[in-house]
Amino acid sequence: MYWEPDSECMHREEIEQLQLERLQATLNRVYGRVPFYRKKFDEMGIGPEDVGALADLARLPFTTKDDLRDNYPYGFFAVPMREVVRIHASSGTTGTPTVVGYTRNDIRTWSNLVARIITMGGATKDDVIQIAFGYGLFTGAFGLHYGAERIGASVIPASSGNTARQIKIMQDFKTTALVSTPSYALLIGETIREMGIPLSSLSLKWGLFGAEPWSDAMRQEIEDRLGIVATDNYGLSEVIGPGVSGECLERKGLHINEDHFIVEVVDPETLTPVPPGEVGELVLTTLSKEAFPMIRYRTRDLTRLLSGECPCGRTGQRMSRVFGRSDDMLIIRGVNVFPSQVETVLFEIEGTEPHYQIVLDRKGAMDEATVLVEVSESIFFDQMRRQKEMIERIQKRLAQDLGVTFGVKLVGKKGLERFEGKARRVVDNRKM
Amino acid sequence: MLRIKNLEAGYGPLKVLRKVSMHIGPSEIVTVIGANGAGKTTLLKTISGLLCAQAGEIIFEKRNLRMLPPEMIVFLGCSLVPEGRQLFAPMTVRENLILGAYVQYRRRRQEEVKEDLERVFALFPRLKERETQLAGTLSGGEQQMLAIGRALLSRPAVLLLDEPSMGLAPRLVREIFDHIARLRTERGVTILLVEQNARAALSIADRGYVLETGRVVLEGTAEDLLANRDVQRAYLGRERNGTP
Repeated sequence: MYWEPDSECMHREEIEQLQLERLQATLNRVYGRVPFYRKKFDEMGIGPEDVGALADLARLPFTTKDDLRDNYPYGFFAVPMREVVRIHASSGTTGTPTVVGYTRNDIRTWSNLVARIITMGGATKDDVIQIAFGYGLFTGAFGLHYGAERIGASVIPASSGNTARQIKIMQDFKTTALVSTPSYALLIGETIREMGIPLSSLSLKWGLFGAEPWSDAMRQEIEDRLGIVATDNYGLSEVIGPGVSGECLERKGLHINEDHFIVEVVDPETLTPVPPGEVGELVLTTLSKEAFPMIRYRTRDLTRLLSGECPCGRTGQRMSRVFGRSDDMLIIRGVNVFPSQVETVLFEIEGTEPHYQIVLDRKGAMDEATVLVEVSESIFFDQMRRQKEMIERIQKRLAQDLGVTFGVKLVGKKGLERFEGKARRVVDNRKM
Repeated sequence: MLRIKNLEAGYGPLKVLRKVSMHIGPSEIVTVIGANGAGKTTLLKTISGLLCAQAGEIIFEKRNLRMLPPEMIVFLGCSLVPEGRQLFAPMTVRENLILGAYVQYRRRRQEEVKEDLERVFALFPRLKERETQLAGTLSGGEQQMLAIGRALLSRPAVLLLDEPSMGLAPRLVREIFDHIARLRTERGVTILLVEQNARAALSIADRGYVLETGRVVLEGTAEDLLANRDVQRAYLGRERNGTP
């Protein structure tokens, strides 16, 4: 089922023509209205008239989070404030938040894009959708809310927090689709188990998760605990919020809404495009945003583009699930490590619970990495010998797969912090 | 059906169109709105071959129209209803219409021309009433109908209309635009409509482009453009209150 079949199943040629038209119109607009871009373009001696093909996009300057911060709050707005009907800001886990704006048309476009994603994730107007994202400046909650409303589903703006209440709502209001971060879904699943609530008392069918990277192993765990089919969706407030891309039920990558965003994947060091199919940083250019257009925004999210056709029939290029951020990539003794890689190893080892933390210290000149992982009660209270075996098993796998020697500590259940929003899995104590 | 990429056109050193890209799908009504001097007429002249493009491409059913002579473009199925109608005033309504079918005569399809004539009269009964009248004596609205009828006689797949509302009283504008919309629904004609009267154009169009000093600054569905505040301010007159 498609929300906008004409747009979602467009021929490649048509997508590219539309992208060129919209890119040129966007460039004409930003050059005229956003001082940052006019200045940057003039400095580089390049202008909208130099872009005659999609490949010419590579000649234009990037926009970074720092650029947005330097122009806080409204420096990048391309329309007068009286036309801005909504303001959101990014959570910004470090530093000043970035502020984004939407015109009435932007809100309508946003709702439609999220509607596409919800539809490809299985939900319809007959579903009862519980939005367990925190409502506020964060774009996740409102984005999914408007998209869910757009498809005509029954939307419960539960917001985040108070897990027992969330579960009661699910039972009483007969929620069929859960929208939240994957970490929170996991927490809800755990709580359901602890409270002894049978899955049969719940009506859950679908899960639409995003806002942080999560592994296939974690997906499996969530699906088992909640009895749902879970899909990933991706977006970021600087570009629109949720609605940039999403998994269809084939779950072979996330379809990008290419009629509204041009996607590039670049090497985060050299900033040149990577060869097709290789991992790199996702760079996005908006094609229809009125209030807050973005040209080549560096998302810091690492992904790769997938080739081939998806059985679902949608023609938007697919991206893999985000591996991590190019700025939460860890470098441990010279080796690049993503927390999600550690996660994958841990989940594959029996007896571990899906809660872990990576602690980085520096002793003298050497990095020291420790993984704390929660284990089931039976192991925690088991013989020292068995615990030692497990520790060694984990260490061996980590060394094998990641090329880094970790110290491993086993922790009892609930020994590690739980997160309702984005999980913070790394404690980096190293001082530069 | 019609795909335009990076069109550049002008008059000698005076550059009017700058990297204009747009497309029209089969049976779509697409409008290009903009102020005087934005380049709208230049755009239609360039597509119909009256003006030679300086760069870019105009692909119509896989053929590049750029560099083709205007009569070839009409032959291929793309006809222009020019700004100001440009009728042959001393000739009758019927004669003007038949002239529109000159490509069909070349193809020796004279019987079909008679059929087409009857169809235009069915579409515009007023023209039938004035069949033997001189074109120059018709009212503004009738002249616009005649100009459209003449273009229809070449059996176009794509009809290019240059400011059909010009000089017409508001009630007539409504009537003409209803006719234009029906051309699409009843005959599947694809229409590119260039207009200063943005409100009328957007009321029948599927999609539109906004041209400002030769550049496309906005593209979207008619609904998008009607709701866009810049378009409202610049081209729709007073700001609309309570727009959904």
